[in-house]
Amino acid sequence: MSEITVNEKKYTLSSEQEELTLLDYLREELNLIGAKNGCGEGTCGACTVLLDGKAVRSCRTSMKKVIGKSVLTIEGIKNNDGSLHPMQQAFIDAGAVQCGFCTPGMIMQSMDLLSRNSNPSREEIRKAMRGNLCRCTGYQKIVDAVELGASRLQNK
Amino acid sequence: MKSCFRNDAMRKVCGEAKFGDDFRFHGMVHAVPVYTEYIHAENLSLEIEDARSMPGVLSVFTWEDVPGELTAGQINQDYPIFVKDRIRSNSDVAALVVAETRMQALAAAEKVIVTADVLAAVLDPEEALKKDAPVIPEGKDSNLVNHHIVRTGDPDTALAMSSVVIEQRFETPFVEHAYLEPECAVCVPREDGGLEIYGSMQHPFSTRRFVCAYLGRPLASVVCLSHAVGGSFGGKDDTASVVCARAALAALKLNRPVKLLLKREWSMRESYKRVPYKMDYKVGFDGDGHLTGAISKTLADSGAYTSTTPWSTWRSTVQNMGPYKLENIRGEVLGVATNNVFTGAFRGFGSPQTNFAVEQIMDMAAEKLGLTPLEIRKRNALVQDSITITGQKLDNHTVSLMEVMEKTAETIDFERKYRNSSRGKGGKFYGIGMAASYRGCSVGAEAMDFCCATINIQFDGSILLDTAVFENGQGAVSAMMLICAEELGVPVESIHYQASSTASIPDGGTTVASRGTLVGGGAIKDAMSKLKPILQEILYPEIAESPDQVSFHDNRIWGTEERSLTWSEAGHQMYLSRVYPFAFGSFQAPRVSWDEENGQGNAYFSYVYSCQAVEVEVDPEKRSCRLLNVVATHDIGKAINPPMVEGQIQGGIVQGMGMALTEDFKIEEGRIKSLNFSKYKIPRMTDVPDMLTQIVENHDPLSPTGAKGIGEPAMEIIAPAIANAVAAATGERFFSLPIKLKKEIQA
Ligand code: FES
Ligand code: FES
Repeated sequence: MSEITVNEKKYTLSSEQEELTLLDYLREELNLIGAKNGCGEGTCGACTVLLDGKAVRSCRTSMKKVIGKSVLTIEGIKNNDGSLHPMQQAFIDAGAVQCGFCTPGMIMQSMDLLSRNSNPSREEIRKAMRGNLCRCTGYQKIVDAVELGASRLQNK
Repeated sequence: MKSCFRNDAMRKVCGEAKFGDDFRFHGMVHAVPVYTEYIHAENLSLEIEDARSMPGVLSVFTWEDVPGELTAGQINQDYPIFVKDRIRSNSDVAALVVAETRMQALAAAEKVIVTADVLAAVLDPEEALKKDAPVIPEGKDSNLVNHHIVRTGDPDTALAMSSVVIEQRFETPFVEHAYLEPECAVCVPREDGGLEIYGSMQHPFSTRRFVCAYLGRPLASVVCLSHAVGGSFGGKDDTASVVCARAALAALKLNRPVKLLLKREWSMRESYKRVPYKMDYKVGFDGDGHLTGAISKTLADSGAYTSTTPWSTWRSTVQNMGPYKLENIRGEVLGVATNNVFTGAFRGFGSPQTNFAVEQIMDMAAEKLGLTPLEIRKRNALVQDSITITGQKLDNHTVSLMEVMEKTAETIDFERKYRNSSRGKGGKFYGIGMAASYRGCSVGAEAMDFCCATINIQFDGSILLDTAVFENGQGAVSAMMLICAEELGVPVESIHYQASSTASIPDGGTTVASRGTLVGGGAIKDAMSKLKPILQEILYPEIAESPDQVSFHDNRIWGTEERSLTWSEAGHQMYLSRVYPFAFGSFQAPRVSWDEENGQGNAYFSYVYSCQAVEVEVDPEKRSCRLLNVVATHDIGKAINPPMVEGQIQGGIVQGMGMALTEDFKIEEGRIKSLNFSKYKIPRMTDVPDMLTQIVENHDPLSPTGAKGIGEPAMEIIAPAIANAVAAATGERFFSLPIKLKKEIQA
């Protein structure tokens, strides 16, 4: 049986579902629309989700590789009481959101970074997130947001 | 950190905001376009029977199914929904396959066979203007799309008498908007016969015009709804609209909801680009560095269809010689049809191209005359009451060009750093450069310019705002809400904005030209000037002696002697009095004028003044260029939402930097090779430094809120500033974009 976990819920895959990409599975089968399709070739980062805690491009991840693993999407990161994750709040407070198409992927990528480095410098943030494209913001406020989110998480 | 208001930020950080592709409806089916292998061809024939019999296929639509016009457009109605017998570019679409699933539609699209007789393609505007060139536009006798001119004085004599003459050709390329969200449309046929359209539209009213032209329907029978749009930058008009029209055609014929989602590769193939320019400039200066005369001729590649090339090139005419005083000029800008992908609006709209030429010419002259870039600009800068090259006296707003230039130079320490630039000496080369501009506000004499808003106070005191300004990601709606809240003295949370649609408010002109805040804010102000007297008249007896004693602040409605009402009490009172607390406001742009014959007139009612400076490091071994620092100063009249203004400036700079350094749009023999981000490199986080933005606020008397606009000023001068910095670093000039250090620098 092909079982996976998405945002802490368990799902069993049908054989057709095993043929999908993770992005199509999330968007079309589970109606989790937060991960976006910006390029379909793994170069924009808009479809980024965490697979067993690591950032992956869901458009280039086949469901076969997800079997037995756990997926976390933007829809799954709020606190249990429904309040925003500090990183989500930081993106709002820093003014890092314009069109918002890159935002879910950016936030997921930053969570991957913070899991490895809880107090990254601006340089380190830029390096770790260079695979995520944004055409609106010029990136500066996204770097601000990740810095702010990291410091809030540390002071928790 | 100043907090930033965005009404849509919460849903966007939660992944709940709905973009075009996020809408789904019961019974929805999927459409896929069919492109052809041709560049220029005639006698098109289509074999669609095999595709029709593929599993799940509901229909294959072609030009024969189009109930209205086969072509539509904003200026010339030449942009086809499907090609009929003639293919004019490799971006043309021949058919639309609709199937129960996207996979089925994709498979069937492969089975459509298109054949045609190849015609010679014309891919260069210079070639296209030759007498014997094949004519591309339907029913025309040449490939000339438009010819704008600006002329005054006697430039020939002035140039002959100049101490220094700079003569140079500059070229700018096709540039892809690269909005992160590719085009998507969903059309839902309604049981009452209407059509509902969701989609990545820059401007729902523009899309509605296209859809209704192709479908031959009254405007009022189609509703285009606004929702989150993943960026547009001028790029989600014609192409996004034709995508919506194709979905609408299929929905109408099949009576099913239809989704048409473009893959990134299709989006980059089909969507219009920034208009590429070839600019020949000859510019004279006297011995003190004052401009004497200029003659310029620009060829603009419109591609296969017109789109907004005539408007884009018009701006290039008005702003043909930058923000400088000059009495003798003959500037021509010609739009020319070719078989390339069509071109049109893109943030900056014709000025990033001309600025790339003019702002380098200023530095080239400064080098010859032994002046600094700052000094030569100061000697020529437009000041209060100056006359522009179109004969407009700048006397109705603050002309702050000197202020923004000096502020930029001071902050970045320009003069000292310029002296220390490497000019090709040393290990790693360091350089600094600047550029300045003035930019006409809104659309100017190129189009109609008015906008509207409604304010509707509800029974419980909650406030419903609607404006004809649409959200593309830039924060337009948030700015509208802030203006409304300030006017009524209520917290912004009290203002409600229900996604506007073409059925909720009259058309307010397109989402272009950095005009949203100015014209929408003006309309809100006008609505307030009508709404407040209505409220004052009804409410005063309870709290004051006369209507004019009633005021609106601190989230209440105040009279005399500390008497006041809550908004909820006021809403009830209005209801009991049977008077609608509702107002419709409009903003008419002040009059502008234009004489096409000589290119003279008051082209825009006001201008935004900008200056940006940038420091670069060029590594001669690696032949790479890194930005070290950017300082940007813009007089935008008034900043309604300062953190968003900063975000606009930073985003604009990075887009301009992409055009300058990283974005190399490959189109070979009319075939686009840059079809995804792996082949078209927009700037990444590591390509850009932290930037310093400085907002100057000289409230504009012609803007009811004092605000002008920032979207485009932000991106229109960084490319020449970078080119100037690279020249200061390496001692070499680059006259075409993107700057290719790789080939040209000698290590
Ligand atoms: S959609 Fe997956 S990386 Fe772009
Ligand atoms: S906010 Fe639009 S792409 Fe990042």
